[in-house]
Amino acid sequence: MTIPSPYLLEALIIRKVFDDFVALDDVSLKLARGSFHALLGENGAGKSTLVKCIMGYYHPDGGNILLDNKEVSINNPRDAHNLGIGMVYQHFTLIPNMTVAENLILARPHLPAMIDWKSELAELETRMATMPFKVPLQSNINTLSAGEKQKVEIIKQLLLDSRLLILDEPTSVLTPNEADEVLGQIKGMVDDNGLSVLIITHKFREVTGFADEVTVLRRGKYVGSCKVAGTETKTMAAMMMGSEVIAEPLARAETKQNETLLEIDQLSAESSSGETAIESLSLNVRAGEIVGIAGVSGNGQRELVEVLAGQRDIANGSIRLHGETFDATRRQARLHNLHCLPEEPLKNACVPNMSVAENMAFNNFDIPPYALKGLLINRGRIRERARTLITQFKVRTETEDTRIGALSGGNVQRAVLARELSGDIDVLVVANPVFGLDFKAVEEIHNRIMAARNNGTAVLLVSEDLDELLELSDCIHVISGGKLVYQTTPSEADRSVIGQHMAGH
Amino acid sequence: MNNVLRIDRLEPLIIPMTALLFALILFAIFITLVGADPFGVFHSIYRGAFGSWFSWQNTLVRAAPLMLTALCTALPARMGLIVIGGEGAFVLGGLCSALTGLMLVGSPAWFAISMMMLAGAITGGLWIAAAGALKYRRGVNETISSLLMNYIAIAVMNFLIIGVLRDPATLNKPSTYPIDEAHMFVDIGNSSIHWGLVVSIVICLLLWFLSRRTVFGYAVDIAGGNERAARIARLPVGFLVLATCFLGGASAGIAGMIEVAAIHGRANTSLNAGYGYEGILIAFLARHNPLLIIPAAILMGGIRAASGLLQRSHDLPDATSLVMQGIIFIVILGSESLYGRFKIFRQQHSSERAVA
Ligand SMILES: Nc1ncnc2c1ncn2[C@@H]1O[C@H](COP(=O)(O)OP(=O)(O)OP(=O)(O)O)[C@@H](O)[C@H]1O
Ligand SMILES: [Mg+2]
Repeated sequence: MTIPSPYLLEALIIRKVFDDFVALDDVSLKLARGSFHALLGENGAGKSTLVKCIMGYYHPDGGNILLDNKEVSINNPRDAHNLGIGMVYQHFTLIPNMTVAENLILARPHLPAMIDWKSELAELETRMATMPFKVPLQSNINTLSAGEKQKVEIIKQLLLDSRLLILDEPTSVLTPNEADEVLGQIKGMVDDNGLSVLIITHKFREVTGFADEVTVLRRGKYVGSCKVAGTETKTMAAMMMGSEVIAEPLARAETKQNETLLEIDQLSAESSSGETAIESLSLNVRAGEIVGIAGVSGNGQRELVEVLAGQRDIANGSIRLHGETFDATRRQARLHNLHCLPEEPLKNACVPNMSVAENMAFNNFDIPPYALKGLLINRGRIRERARTLITQFKVRTETEDTRIGALSGGNVQRAVLARELSGDIDVLVVANPVFGLDFKAVEEIHNRIMAARNNGTAVLLVSEDLDELLELSDCIHVISGGKLVYQTTPSEADRSVIGQHMAGH
Repeated sequence: MNNVLRIDRLEPLIIPMTALLFALILFAIFITLVGADPFGVFHSIYRGAFGSWFSWQNTLVRAAPLMLTALCTALPARMGLIVIGGEGAFVLGGLCSALTGLMLVGSPAWFAISMMMLAGAITGGLWIAAAGALKYRRGVNETISSLLMNYIAIAVMNFLIIGVLRDPATLNKPSTYPIDEAHMFVDIGNSSIHWGLVVSIVICLLLWFLSRRTVFGYAVDIAGGNERAARIARLPVGFLVLATCFLGGASAGIAGMIEVAAIHGRANTSLNAGYGYEGILIAFLARHNPLLIIPAAILMGGIRAASGLLQRSHDLPDATSLVMQGIIFIVILGSESLYGRFKIFRQQHSSERAVA
C-alpha cells in the first residue's frame, strides 16, 4: 500500500526553450489537492509558459508532469481536458460574432455531429443557475466588455466539470468588486466541491484574500513556494523582484491649468450592434490635467476610447484639439500630438506577426529619419530606435526582431507604452493602462503618466480601477449608460457615492 | 549561431517544396490510373518545359503574363483580401489597350506602346479597385464580386468584338481591327521571347520593392495585419484597399496589353484563355511575394508549355496539364494550414543542446 500523494498535480523540473531563450529553467510546481494555489512572478517570468506546458499547449523540452502521483503525457489541450484540467487563457479565446450561448455549447467536448440547439440551450440555462455569476446568453461576443468576456471564459471551463482549473490573470480585466465576486465564488467551489485552482495574478490583495499557497518564479527560475498564511506580502514581493528597487510614486506637481487641449462636444456614437453607446457627451481636458472616467465596463467607455482612437465613427458631435476640429487624419493627430493607449493592446494596437521594432514604429515609420524623404523605409534606424525604447521601458524581449505576438502579456503592454509615451505628447488618451502588469510595472507606468501630466500633457484616463483613478486624476467623471452622470475630485470623492452613480442610481 | 543556416528559417521554403512533391506523387497516381507511364510523362513535361532552349523560350513566353496576373491576387492579399478577378482585368485591359492602339495608328511606336500600356493598366486597375471599393464601402465579399466581375468582363468583350468593334474580315474568330504592325512588341535578339517578359519581370521587381522597402508597403503590412491597429495609427485604410486593388488590377491589365501587343495584334476571344485564373494559383504558390512569383510563374508556364508534347507523345488530352495544376493548387492551399505545426522548425536549438 502506498500512501496517496497529497498532490493533485506535480510539474517537475520543467524546461522550455524558445529559440535560444530559456523561458523556463528547470521549474517545479506542486499543487495540493483541493487547494487554491497562486503562481506569482513579474512580467515575462514564465508563468504563462509554465501553465501552457501543463496544458499541453507547449511541449516542454524537459521534465515531467504527474497527476495523482502518476506520470501523464499531455500532448495537447484536449488531453488536458480529458484529464479534468481546464484553463482560462490570458488572451480571450471566445469566437467573436457568435453568441455567448453558442460559445459555451461549442466548447463542450464530444459534441454530436448535429447540434440540437433548443435542448442544448435549455440544458445550458438550467446549469447556469448553479454558476457563480450570470452572463447574457443571447448577446454577441463582439458586444461584450472585457469583464463580461472574462466571466464567459470562466463559466466555459466550469461547465466542463474540470477538477483543476487554471486561470491566467483572470482578474486583470475585472474591477476589484467583480474580481472579489468571481474569486469568492471560485473559492467557494474549492472549499465545497473539492475543486483545485492554480491562478496567475499580479495582485497581492487577491493572493492574501483567497489563496492557500504560492509559488514564485523569477526570470524563468523557480524561487520558492510557501503557505500564504503567515507570509507577509513584503516577503512575497521580495521573492518576486529579488533585490530590484521599486520606484516611489511620482508627486503631482503644481501645473498652471491653462489652455483646454481636448474638447469633446456633444459626442454621440453607436456600439457595434448599432445601439446608442454614447449620448451627447461633453468633456474638456486642459493641459497639465488628468481627467478620469470611472464606470462599470460596458457603459460606453470602450466606444468613447474607440472614437478618440479612430476605430469608430462619430454619429454626432465633434472633437476639438487645440480648439481645431479634429478630422481623425494622421496628419492632424501628429500635428496635435495626440496619442492613444487602448486596452488589450495586442488586439487593438499591434500587428502580432510584425516584429517588436516594426510595431514600435507605427507612429513614425513614414517620416525621416525612419523613412528617407518620407518614402523609403530605413529599417536600420527603426531597429536602432526600438533598441533604445526597449532599454528605456524595460521591455523583456529576446531581440527587437522577435514578433510582438510572442511577448508576454505585460511586455506587449510595455512595448505599446514605449511607442505612445515617447516624444512630444499634447493629448493622451489612456484606457486601463496597467491591466496585466506586475506591481513594479504599475508604479512605473503610473509615474510616466503623471510625468506626462506634469509636463503639460492633457490626459484622459479611462479606467475600471477606482483606486487608480483616485491616485492619478485631478478630476473624476462617472460614466453610466453612455452619459457623464457625476463629477468629483479625488480629495472630495466618496467611494460609496461614486459607486452609486456607477451603478446608475 | 547567427550565420548558421537555421532550419526554422527554412520553413517557408520546405513546406511548399514538400507540398509540391506530394502533388507530383498524386499526379503520378492519376497518370497511372489513366493508363500512362508516370515517369515517361514527367520526363516529357521536363523536356517540354525546360529540356531545350526552344522549350525554355516557350515556357518564358507563357510565364510572362502569368507573373502579372499573379500580382492581381498577391497584392490585395497583403491587405487580407482574396481577389480572383485577374481574368476580368486581363481581358478588359487587353481590349482597351487594343482600342487605344487602333486610335493611335501611325503615331510613334514609343508613344503608342506607352499609351496602350497605360490604357491597359488603368482599365484593369479600376476594374479591381471597384471590387475593393464594394468591399470597403459596402462590405461585399471581394472574392465573390471579383469572380462575378470576370464573367461581366468576358461578356462585355464578346459583346463588343462580335458587335460594333468587329473587323468584318475576321470571319470565324471575331476580332477587333489589328493594331499598327509597328506598335507590336518585338522579340529579344533572335529568340522567340518578346520584350513583354522583361516588362513583366521589371513590374514584379518594382512591386516587390514597393511592398518591402517603402512607406506604402509598410502601411499595407500594418493594415493587412490588423485593421484596428492601422486605424489607431490613423492610416488611410480605405485608400490602401483601393491602392493595392488598383495596382493588382493594373498588373493584370498590362498582362492583357502585352498579350495583345506581342501575340495577337488585336483583341479577340483568345484573350480569355485562363491566364487570370492560373495567376491565382501562382500567387498562392509564391505566398503573395512578388519576387517569388517570378520562379513560380516560370514553373507553371513550363507545365502549360509542355502540354502539347504530352498530347503528341503520350496521347494524353490537353487538359492533363490543367489537372496537374489543379492538384498542385489544392495541395499548396492545404499546406498553408501546416505552418507552425512541425516541432522540427521550433525545437532545433533545444535538441542541439541535448546532444551537446
Ligand atoms: N512563443 C514564444 N516564442 C518566443 N518567446 C516566447 C514565446 N512565449 C513566451 N516567450 C518568452 O518567454 C518569456 C516568458 O513569457 P510568459 O508569457 O510565460 O511570461 P509571464 O510570466 O506570463 O508574463 P506576464 O505577466 O507579462 O504575462 C517572455 O520573455 C516571452 O518573451
Ligand atoms: Mg502571462
